[in-house]
Amino acid sequence: MSHEKLQSHSSSNTLLSIEDLRVEYVLSEVLRVKAVNKVSLNVYKGEVLGIVGESGCGKSTLAYSILRLVPPPGRIVGGRIIYYGWNPPKDITSIPEREIRKYRWREVSLIAQAAQSTLNPIMRIGEHFIDTAFAHGEKNKERIIETAKKLLNYVMLDEGILDRYPHELSGGMKQRVIIALSLLLNPKLLILDEPTSALDLITQKCILNMLNRLKQELNLTMIFITHDLSILAEIATRIAVMYAGKIVEIAPVDNIFYDPKHPYTIGLINAIPSIVGDVHKVKSIPGIVPDLISPPPGCLFANRCPYASDICKKVDPPLKDLGGGRYVACHRYD
Amino acid sequence: MSHATGTTSSTPLITLQDVSVVYKVRRSFFGGTVDLRAVDGVSLDIFPGEVVALVGESGCGKTTLGKVIVALLRPTTGKVLYKGKDVWSLSKNEWKNVRRNLQIIHQNPYDALNPTKRVFQILSIPLKEYKLVKNSSQLRDRIYELLEMVGLRPEIAEKYPHQLSGGQLQRVAIARAISLHPELIVADEPVSMIDVSLRIDILDLLLKLRHEFNLASIFITHDLGLARYYAYEGRIVVMYVGNIVEIGPTEEVIRNPLHPYTQALLSVVPVPNPKLARERKEIPLRSIEIANAIAPPSGCKFHPRCIYATDKCRKVRPRLVKVGNDRWIACHLVGK
Repeated sequence: MSHEKLQSHSSSNTLLSIEDLRVEYVLSEVLRVKAVNKVSLNVYKGEVLGIVGESGCGKSTLAYSILRLVPPPGRIVGGRIIYYGWNPPKDITSIPEREIRKYRWREVSLIAQAAQSTLNPIMRIGEHFIDTAFAHGEKNKERIIETAKKLLNYVMLDEGILDRYPHELSGGMKQRVIIALSLLLNPKLLILDEPTSALDLITQKCILNMLNRLKQELNLTMIFITHDLSILAEIATRIAVMYAGKIVEIAPVDNIFYDPKHPYTIGLINAIPSIVGDVHKVKSIPGIVPDLISPPPGCLFANRCPYASDICKKVDPPLKDLGGGRYVACHRYD
Repeated sequence: MSHATGTTSSTPLITLQDVSVVYKVRRSFFGGTVDLRAVDGVSLDIFPGEVVALVGESGCGKTTLGKVIVALLRPTTGKVLYKGKDVWSLSKNEWKNVRRNLQIIHQNPYDALNPTKRVFQILSIPLKEYKLVKNSSQLRDRIYELLEMVGLRPEIAEKYPHQLSGGQLQRVAIARAISLHPELIVADEPVSMIDVSLRIDILDLLLKLRHEFNLASIFITHDLGLARYYAYEGRIVVMYVGNIVEIGPTEEVIRNPLHPYTQALLSVVPVPNPKLARERKEIPLRSIEIANAIAPPSGCKFHPRCIYATDKCRKVRPRLVKVGNDRWIACHLVGK
């Protein structure tokens, strides 16, 4: 794929490179859901990469793949995930299990969807920090607690919370504990999958502000996954749009909102009713997502696309470099 | 008594008078119960044919209030009037008429429809119950007509709920709600389980039916963007921990919120506009934690979070007062 090479020009700045990744949920010999379908994407140091798409588009599967944690019957069936945080860089899809343990949490942390509910109800918050650190080979309890206190400070929680149980905390406080926990082993990349979807608006805003600050202070790189494009306007520096297991567009945040190229991105932006803008211009995208077990040939958005022509129904459009960090998979730009 | 009057001068369809709903919540396994005041002294008029968005964060009492409005839930105290008559002391026949005229569409269409029945049966039950069809050919015609109205093909009638998508299920639920020609439909977060790219279609369908049948419609949501879209020509009602804190014409409230809570809420709604997102100022709050409905703060329930709070706010619960054309606010600091 030509775009990978184009993207990897600035490789000194690249933290992670996903190359032609394919992930399938193998339901039986013949029933394979193509959840992630030939995805190539670079993650650059210091950026907040937003990944947006609707349910079933493969965005969470992509996140799990980066940690090699795709739940069965899901399976990485092709492609590579090169992690450049190590010297020399390594392909995460093929390193042995013992190295994966040095990668997860120490190099890349994941905050999964509804992670608040993964806190153990009979363990105090402090024990969660100790447990996590022990599991990754840290032995010094005092040092762990010192780090935990510092991290709680970062997420604006009182140290006293270490002695409390999860049920004593609100949803927003639990989510901040989860964020502090994910940073415990000082990872370079933090992946957040819908981290604010269960929270109310004011708490959501507080979490977003906090993440923006953490990014600066800890020099973190983040991947922020959501179905809500508006949230990405608040936090992302670059956005990748996914549809039916594929990336259809990548661009800096302002370009996505002010000059979207892919008809799906355009449709998604027009489908958001907001508190600003013209309500009369809001409209749905007609039609539905194709079956991902036996996807049709050509562009997977063609059946819903107002611009679709003959070629769209035959040839799968490659991700094309438009310059300025913008990529689009659409025959309109051939 | 009934404040919060809309523009319409006609008789209200529904009047809530100082309605409270108290849930008994068990403290612990052995302990006694405590009171949770989900709705706390709410008065509101709903007029024939009007559209209202009822907004607030989770736990503010908006779903409970929706159930009270359609007489699915009897308030602990206060009165609910349907065209001036107390709905909870009606005769059996009048009650049946109220049931028919007040319909609700629930948040989760997967739970709202009986999984063991085909769509045809699901839609035929209310039609038969209210004797709106005389024979099986009329029943069939009416069901196909209803499916067409909600944008579904006739084959859908033979399907079971699990064979349909979320959007299709919600359309079936809408077809069932309108099949009895109601005067009011409450739609409780009807699109929260539906994909972003398809939400507007469902809202447009509800709006189209509202115009066609001159339905009053109450849209319950936590999403202010959706509220603005749906109730653009109507009113918005903002709730906080069981109380109504602000009412006004939708666009006026969105552009110029008066209650400090509405202001704070609107200042943090994500907007699909990164430049605006970077430039705009969020309204600071003293605390991000929502008040506990079991042990609510004294006075104004918002005072522990409000940067403008005074002594009076800590002591006296503000009443909803009219502060302008169709605008109502429950705040000691506004309207003086």
